[in-house]
Amino acid sequence: MYPPLPNPSVSPVAAKLSDKNLMRRSASTIPQGEPVQQVAKLIDTSKCIGCKACQTACLEWNNLKEEVGFNTGSLTNPHDLTTASWTLMRFTEWVNPETDNLEWLIRKDGCMHCADPGCLKACPAPGAIVQYTNGIVDFVKENCIGCGYCVKGCPFNIPRISKAEGKAYKCTLCSDRVAVGQGPACAKACPTQAIVFGPKEDMKKHAEARIKDLKSRGYKNAGLYDPPGVGGTHVMYVLHHADKPEIYAGLPNNPTISPLVEVWKGAVKYAGLAVMGAAAAIGVVHHLVNGPNRVSREEEEAAKRLAEGETK
Amino acid sequence: MSGAGPSTSGSVHRGDPVLVDRYTVGARMNHWVTATSLVLLALSGLSLFHPSLFFLSSLFGGGSWTRVIHPWIGLVLFVGFLGLFLRFWKLNLWNRDDRKWLLSPRAILTGHEETLPEIGTYNAGQKLVFWQMSLLIIVLIVSGIAMWDEYFGSYFSITQKRVAVLVHAVAAIGAICVWIVHIYAAIWVRGTISAMTRGQVTGGWAWRHHRKWLRNLVTKH
Ligand code: HEM
Ligand code: SF4
Ligand code: SF4
Repeated sequence: MYPPLPNPSVSPVAAKLSDKNLMRRSASTIPQGEPVQQVAKLIDTSKCIGCKACQTACLEWNNLKEEVGFNTGSLTNPHDLTTASWTLMRFTEWVNPETDNLEWLIRKDGCMHCADPGCLKACPAPGAIVQYTNGIVDFVKENCIGCGYCVKGCPFNIPRISKAEGKAYKCTLCSDRVAVGQGPACAKACPTQAIVFGPKEDMKKHAEARIKDLKSRGYKNAGLYDPPGVGGTHVMYVLHHADKPEIYAGLPNNPTISPLVEVWKGAVKYAGLAVMGAAAAIGVVHHLVNGPNRVSREEEEAAKRLAEGETK
Repeated sequence: MSGAGPSTSGSVHRGDPVLVDRYTVGARMNHWVTATSLVLLALSGLSLFHPSLFFLSSLFGGGSWTRVIHPWIGLVLFVGFLGLFLRFWKLNLWNRDDRKWLLSPRAILTGHEETLPEIGTYNAGQKLVFWQMSLLIIVLIVSGIAMWDEYFGSYFSITQKRVAVLVHAVAAIGAICVWIVHIYAAIWVRGTISAMTRGQVTGGWAWRHHRKWLRNLVTKH
């Protein structure tokens, strides 16, 4: 068992995470911030009982109110991530073709805190998305302009834009709690330790032991979900069927930032500025070389003769 | 022959210089509404296009306002351009002289128009600007609507939106380049701008650049 998160100290603690610790800032070039230990949340789908304590803890800690929903025959409630539900238990009934057993797959969805975050790459507003050196990707509300580019950039379909406020929302990995040495509220609330939090290397080691255990119980494809296509993530899953993550309510198999987004935010930006600059520069040079295209006196005279009917 | 002093015969006004009506008040207002919205769209769009241009968003009251207002200006542009399109599309139809005209780029660029075929209301360069803008504005409004999450977010998939944002950015660059050509031509070819400000050009301007058009106007009355 990974040691449970300690209870918070009641005396005030100075925040250990600040703008000094940024490694990336949207639409900005910044010097590499002071390093902090890389953290990760590990979600063990094989231990989750679907109680949604984490979902509730998230609403509670972040002071969010979800609307009263409606039942469509699934325990997944609400039916999708929203601006208030930054995490969501997604339930899938899956028949294992090898055993003909019905398996109830439960995955806690939410931001993966990608090492190479597509949201941050897409964001046009300076400082609206930041990445700390510990791996947490956070949205900064004051700087967000509500354009929804992060939605297009994210390979996991995570950010949600509030129409009322014009701001983007998603899981913060409880950056405020982590800053004072706490773990995320969801991990704290989980009764089965299906969610654990700690240094990323420790989480990987802990996952290894869990995977070994699952393999010994016949889940031969058990494995860790830490997708390399986005540089790894700071929220990882232990999956009993790591060979097909998509059965867990569409968890992407080998996610990467879409090539469309890479081209849009890469080649198009540089080529675009260059082409517009060149067009303007060619105009200036052409004018310098050729001078203005002026009407001559003779042409005015010719027009006059034409107007007066003297020429045809 | 009438006596001394300026007199009017149709749209060609005798005098020194001869003045020729080119655009009606309606056409000019239509043009300036379209032009203003295009410039505002380019400025607001570019502020989101590249971080080094984000400062332009302060012209519109900050990033959020820029994001909110841009698509609405886009609608104004679309309606404005549609007006221009309906007014001028016939005059911009391609003809044989346009091909011939385009085949002498050197004469065009050095201003030696005497060696080129006589031109009607618009030359091939102006026609190309017209058709390219028409096409780009259609692409921009279609892709723009697919990116307009506030009202249309639920009608498009994320992949469609990614395509839209890429197409929109590329088309916007194209439109801005066509716009640069348009503005440059109006400045380089002296005497052009009055066509859109006062609605008139001098006879010499018409004789030099659009002689066929001038001849038609003179013989028409
Ligand atoms: C014709 C109707 C148009 C519509 C409906 C439209 C809509 C949009 C929308 C929704 C966005 C995303 C930002 C936002 O939500 O405000 C956007 C971005 C943009 N628009 Fe437009 N637009 C139109 C025309 C234009 C035109 C004519 C230009 C340029 C001359 C232009 C240039 C841009 C640029 C450069 C961006 C930023 C793209 C990027 O971030 O890479 N748009 N437009
Ligand atoms: S909605 Fe906000 S966080 Fe998302 S890309 Fe736009 S400015 Fe950035
Ligand atoms: S999962 Fe999406 S929102 Fe979260 S860090 Fe990755 S790209 Fe950004």
